[in-house]
Amino acid sequence: MARVILRNLNKFYDDVHAVKSVNLEIRDKEFVVLVGPSGCGKTTTLRMLAGLESISSGQVLIGDTVVNDLAPMDRDIAMVFQNYALYPHMSVYDNMAFGLKMRKVDRNDIRKRVQEAADILGIQDYLARKPRQLSGGQRQRVALGRAIVRHPQVFLFDEPLSNLDAKLRVQMRVELKKLHNRLNTTAVYVTHDQVEAMTLGDRVVVMRGGVVQQVGEPLELYNAPVNRFVAGFIGSPAMNFAPARLRDGAGKLHADASGFGLQLPADIAARLRPYTGREVIVGVRPEDLQVANGSYPPGLCFDAMVEVVERLGAEVLLDLQVGQHTMVASVEPGVAARRGDKLRFALKPERLHFFDASSEAAI
Amino acid sequence: MAISDVLSHRAFAQAPRRGAATRLLEDERWLAAVLLLPTVILLGLFIAYPFVEGVWLSVTDATVGVPGHFVGLANFTALLHDSIFLVAVRNTFVYTAVATVLKLALGLWLALLLNRHFRGKAFTRAFVLLPFIIPTVLSTFAWKWMFDPTFSVINWTLFQLGIIHGRINWLGDPSLALISVIIVNVWRGVPFYAISLLAGLQTINPELQEAAAIDGARPWQRFWHVTWPLLLPVTMVVVLFSVIQTFADFQLVYVLTGGGPANATQLFATYAYQIGVGTGLLSQGAAVSLAMFPFLLIIVVVQLLYIRRVEVH
Amino acid sequence: MIEGAKWRRWVYFYIPLGVFVLWLLFPFYWMLVTSVRPDRELYRPWTAPNYAPFWTAHPTLVHITDLLTQTLFIRWMANTLFIAILATLISLFCGLLAGYALSRLKFPGGGALGTGIFITYLVPQTLLFIPLANIIRNFSLGDTPWALILTYPTFLIPFCTWLLMGYFKAIPRELEECARIDGATRWKAMLYIIFPIAVPGILSAGIFAFTLSWNEFIYALVFLSSAEQKTVSVGVTSELVRGDVFYWGQLMAGALLGSVPVAFIYSFFVEHYVAGLTGSVKG
Repeated sequence: MARVILRNLNKFYDDVHAVKSVNLEIRDKEFVVLVGPSGCGKTTTLRMLAGLESISSGQVLIGDTVVNDLAPMDRDIAMVFQNYALYPHMSVYDNMAFGLKMRKVDRNDIRKRVQEAADILGIQDYLARKPRQLSGGQRQRVALGRAIVRHPQVFLFDEPLSNLDAKLRVQMRVELKKLHNRLNTTAVYVTHDQVEAMTLGDRVVVMRGGVVQQVGEPLELYNAPVNRFVAGFIGSPAMNFAPARLRDGAGKLHADASGFGLQLPADIAARLRPYTGREVIVGVRPEDLQVANGSYPPGLCFDAMVEVVERLGAEVLLDLQVGQHTMVASVEPGVAARRGDKLRFALKPERLHFFDASSEAAI
Repeated sequence: MAISDVLSHRAFAQAPRRGAATRLLEDERWLAAVLLLPTVILLGLFIAYPFVEGVWLSVTDATVGVPGHFVGLANFTALLHDSIFLVAVRNTFVYTAVATVLKLALGLWLALLLNRHFRGKAFTRAFVLLPFIIPTVLSTFAWKWMFDPTFSVINWTLFQLGIIHGRINWLGDPSLALISVIIVNVWRGVPFYAISLLAGLQTINPELQEAAAIDGARPWQRFWHVTWPLLLPVTMVVVLFSVIQTFADFQLVYVLTGGGPANATQLFATYAYQIGVGTGLLSQGAAVSLAMFPFLLIIVVVQLLYIRRVEVH
Repeated sequence: MIEGAKWRRWVYFYIPLGVFVLWLLFPFYWMLVTSVRPDRELYRPWTAPNYAPFWTAHPTLVHITDLLTQTLFIRWMANTLFIAILATLISLFCGLLAGYALSRLKFPGGGALGTGIFITYLVPQTLLFIPLANIIRNFSLGDTPWALILTYPTFLIPFCTWLLMGYFKAIPRELEECARIDGATRWKAMLYIIFPIAVPGILSAGIFAFTLSWNEFIYALVFLSSAEQKTVSVGVTSELVRGDVFYWGQLMAGALLGSVPVAFIYSFFVEHYVAGLTGSVKG
């Protein structure tokens, strides 16, 4: 069985502590995405898993074997690189066959497996070509093909889609997902793009500064981010944040921010009670901001001025000035907002997020 | 379809056992040691060892076939009183300085000419490099023949052009010999400068030139403010190599004049050869060529420091 | 790009370029004319009224046939070829391995070793030829081709290493990493992935090294003594000059023919040669 376990994994480069005590258990056949801004340690983690980077401390297990001291060739993994890493002097066929040849697989078997992978990926017609004669998308497929002919225990992907143009990226993303469903092999995927992470991952691992912030299914991260960083990183456009002070007013808990004030419903108030009199950070997703139609209770509405209108077709993004903050709202295309308009926006209390001002942890 | 079928016969569930050699070579440090071994052996045997041997020879009184005894710095102090050696030192510096300046100036000019678009450019570039690739000793013979006082085609040409009226003894006249040798050195070296600098010029984005032209810079200003500063790092490296080679030059002088007339073209290397091989005084010959070392070291260090400074900017 | 009047183009471009080309190539023309000129025309003083420098009315092949039949010239050519090829192969072998190690592997002392090799790259042959001659004698290599085959790599290896390091550094690391994940050992990844991709660099280094060995002079002059062991450069220099008498026709024929192999290789691989040349001075 090919589950992957990272146990207390650390990486030091001289003085830099690049990966800090990462613990992760990836189940067999699971598609796990490591996501985070550049320099967050996600690629280093993947490279330690692959054996390309030495492990400073901790353990990596593939299946039930500790692979710390195994060379990459002995770990039975396959990896797809950002720049595809196709061998430029070999034909597509030889590129795909290389790993099998190295493992002394029988010639006929090699042909069968390359053919099969080529069929899956639709690159049968290019097998005799050299990589430089292929388009970006075709190269990407060859790189995938080279990984899948190997039938490895684990697939590793290092930002495989980031060299493609936007349209192709979306298309390949879907194909990758289909491919995984079909191959049913454990996969670890690294990306800085949260959309890729959300759409591809069975579970997503958000990292920052070498530390795992949160591990969870995509919607879990979206709905219940554990801290301000995850909340801001997941979702596009990013969540709006505003500092607010909690105040007890006539038995009700109020959050006062620059430009708006909220009266919090009882269930939330119960959770936030210990923070009374202190500053917290309120987070609200752009898609949770809707133009109020009048029936909303005043304690959950605020007024804002529209500064920029971005019509994207399926939605409209409004850049708002609210007190001292700017916020983004994603509203229905039907909303007829113009620059300079003053609009009233409504908040759904259950869609609000609160974070500790100093630790930034969700409350 | 067949995918599950193939997946079922997993070939590599277990990590295969590897031999000891394979495992050793997977360790970067061992692999590096193995890869560097042949180079270290050859360079150690034929560079480091001779260097040590040379230092040892230079402090003995060894001659060919006689091991010799330690004499301290006697060979070097003797050199300081050796008038021929002092002439050779002076010649070497003049030779290196003049030839380098001329090679750089002419080479840069030729590079700028070759950097323009004209028909037959690739062809011209290929032919221009010939003096550098043809064995120096062989092409130097052509020059020796062209310099021959009695049969000189150069004299004939200059005479026909009305520039000279009598014969010029290019290599026989002590005041001219060094100049003649420098001419040949420059002839051989200009292509190297030109092609290297041309490569440097081609890496300079032509848009910079155009931008400067739009800004109103005249051609000379464009060269001085745009091209030259960008070319400087390449130029410095080319000069470094060329200075070392010129300073230690041997073959040109050996063929053209043998160091004569009256030591007018004697250089470090030719003098070392004359003493060490010609007369068999190994220790003194080794001392002469080792005397080059501090000068070379200073040249290299100064230039490397300068190159580093240029590259930092 | 920036155009001017026609006369300016002549003054600033065609004429200087023409003078350069004439100056750089004339000696070769002179070699050619001399080598086919009969002696009675050859030794006519330039002051003589019938001195005709730039052509010959009675071309002859006598110098060339004399050179080939009455001297050891062919033997010298063969010696030089043998020495240059072997020295080049040894240097390429060492340079490939060392260049790979220095550009791709992390190991203690790597930086120092790289600097050391760069410094040997700057050591001129004339600095060490006297003690080296002693060592060659001690190893009983004197007057054998091996004296040169083993010493030429001292200046070729640093060059090859330096040049190839540049090529290796330009190859994306991922290719090798991918190969290692695909099941190749480091050694195989180097052999099957990195080296094949560096072929243009290997060709450049090889061609440049070959011409350098073919042109080397002082080691050949000092380490070889018997006429039949000599290389072209040394043979022509020492055997075609008897005392004070220069056989100019033969000398020029020898110079011309001795240059043919390098010129021939050069003509086929100009671009590689130039890449080697410019790569060799890249900092």
